Amino acid sequence: MTTDPVLTVRDLAVSFATDDGVVQAVDNVSFDVSAGEVLAIVGESGSGKSVTAMTLLGLTRSPNARFAGTAHYGATELVNASEEELRRIRGAEIAMVFQDAMAALNPVQRIGRQIAEQIQAHEDVSDAEARDRAVALLERVGIPRARERIDAYPHEFSGGMRQRVMIALALSCDPRILIADEPTTALDVTIQAQILERFRELREQTNAALILVTHDLGVVADIADRVAVMYAGRIVEHGTLDEIFYDPRHPYTWGLLGSIARIDKPRPPRLPTIPGLPPSLADRPQGCHLRPRCPHEFAECAKVPPLEARGTRAGHADRCWLSPEQKVALREVLPGEIGLRAKEHAAATEAPA
Amino acid sequence: MARFIVRRVIAMVAVLFAISVVTFAIFNVIPNSDPAVRLAGHNQTTGQLDAIRQQWGFDKPLYVQYARTMQKIFTGDVVSYANQVNVVDEIKHDLPATLSLAIGAALLWMGVAVAIGLYTAMRAGRFADRFLTVLALIGISMPVFWVGALMNYYLGFKWKIFPNGGYVPLTQNPLDWAYHLILPWTALSLLFIGVYSRVLRSNVLDTINDDYVRTARAKGLSERQVMLRHVLRNSLIPIVTLWGLDFAAVIGGGAILTETVFDLQGVGQYAAESVGQLDIPPVLTIVMFGAFFVVALNTVVDILYAALDPRIRLA
Repeated sequence: MTTDPVLTVRDLAVSFATDDGVVQAVDNVSFDVSAGEVLAIVGESGSGKSVTAMTLLGLTRSPNARFAGTAHYGATELVNASEEELRRIRGAEIAMVFQDAMAALNPVQRIGRQIAEQIQAHEDVSDAEARDRAVALLERVGIPRARERIDAYPHEFSGGMRQRVMIALALSCDPRILIADEPTTALDVTIQAQILERFRELREQTNAALILVTHDLGVVADIADRVAVMYAGRIVEHGTLDEIFYDPRHPYTWGLLGSIARIDKPRPPRLPTIPGLPPSLADRPQGCHLRPRCPHEFAECAKVPPLEARGTRAGHADRCWLSPEQKVALREVLPGEIGLRAKEHAAATEAPA
Repeated sequence: MARFIVRRVIAMVAVLFAISVVTFAIFNVIPNSDPAVRLAGHNQTTGQLDAIRQQWGFDKPLYVQYARTMQKIFTGDVVSYANQVNVVDEIKHDLPATLSLAIGAALLWMGVAVAIGLYTAMRAGRFADRFLTVLALIGISMPVFWVGALMNYYLGFKWKIFPNGGYVPLTQNPLDWAYHLILPWTALSLLFIGVYSRVLRSNVLDTINDDYVRTARAKGLSERQVMLRHVLRNSLIPIVTLWGLDFAAVIGGGAILTETVFDLQGVGQYAAESVGQLDIPPVLTIVMFGAFFVVALNTVVDILYAALDPRIRLA
């Protein structure tokens, strides 16, 4: 990376006190994002990716939440910023696109009003001007007849159009960072492609950084520059798109890649899965969190592996104690194919007790 | 919209008819409710009673009596059996007091309940929330006739801070009007404040976790804007229904206890006195009047509901 990052996250940790004990949702997460770059944060449900994203805007703050680490946006440190500092940044400098646009838009407020409201929260503009800008934004994200539809309510729009409204909302103050939390999950595939196309265009037009939180590796392959793979609150592997897809170093990443249905390969009778279930965040395994599910576990795994570059490239880091040579050998389940071998391990866990 | 109104009007007629039949029937099966005995006064003879029965039509079949009474109610000729006063005139005379009580109390209980509901929801689980929750439960549990009597005794009679009951028309002296109504407004509102603030608190707590509230925050709105424009607006929608119906019930003579305790001479008090004398015409008229308000305001509430929540369509 030659450009200076717009956002620098270091050792971010988020935990919540619940009835079942302390849930460590995010643990020791560090990453940078530069202008014009797309960083994808990938993981299963409950891996801490959404909490990471929302914490950057202070949206996870609650009496039960504990935070550690830092997230520097310019001169502002977001994790410990005051509510007023955050309020100025939210929507204006760092904007967020949420997953389910139907739920994320106020059902009883007109679309135009919801966009104008955000503009007026940050800029001293008249109602008429804010409205004109809302129309322009809706046109920009591809809503036809925007001037007529600006007074519609969210339920009068289709799912794809609602997600475009969410994007228009996020773009309304020209943010420098756009955080998209599963922006395409609730959409069907054709709409999904259109929305991703919007993101690509916007990135070229505005040079904003995009943090894309998703579990969809297809979306990641489509748009991301760099990828951070999260598991049980930690980033387990971090690298460029090509590094993650063609030279994955962490067994969990192998498992993710191996479980994709591929159109260019004969269909297996069953898609491979990673054996077992992700750990409860209130009671995580000691050492490497993947240990109970990993067929390649050995003595070293009882210690927490740091996230560091273990191969030749400095930017490609992972949390696995295996040697680089072992990794290259173990990740090939079939010649030329990456996956997490279940073998005896799976047989042992699936055998009835 | 036209279809909606037509359907509502038909429903209203049906409801009023059913209510009037039931009320009329009840007063005819109550023992010792023969209106002729009441009209004849003391020392009546069988001859007098028969004459009265013939004159007033009590010898006719019940459905004829019902039809005649209803006809009189709608033409405004209905007369009390107890004192031969025109019932409609009496209600017109009593209505300003009842309206004053209802409008003032409805605004008071809604305003206070919104403030308490919002405050307790934002402080949920903390001391202020628990304390106000206990107060709300006390408010719900205290009957009006008891609270009203205590207020009247201490604040009105003993310490003479407020007048000891009675009603002064607004047109006569606005200050005195309000002064006389403060205690009744408060007494009537206590129960409603308790109920409404609890309902609103739970609505707010439900709404506050909705995704669009998170969106509102992510947009950079101030906490105040988030609470008022997004949380409160959506939490108030269910309360509006309650409010319309309770308000209608109070106008229609539902504040019987409050009006009686504070001697406001309102419609409710008139209803209470008439029931005590088993006087069918005023009771029937007031019941119809109250039912009309409840049904009519119910319609208004539904229209308001559709305006507040665009997802709802009137049909």
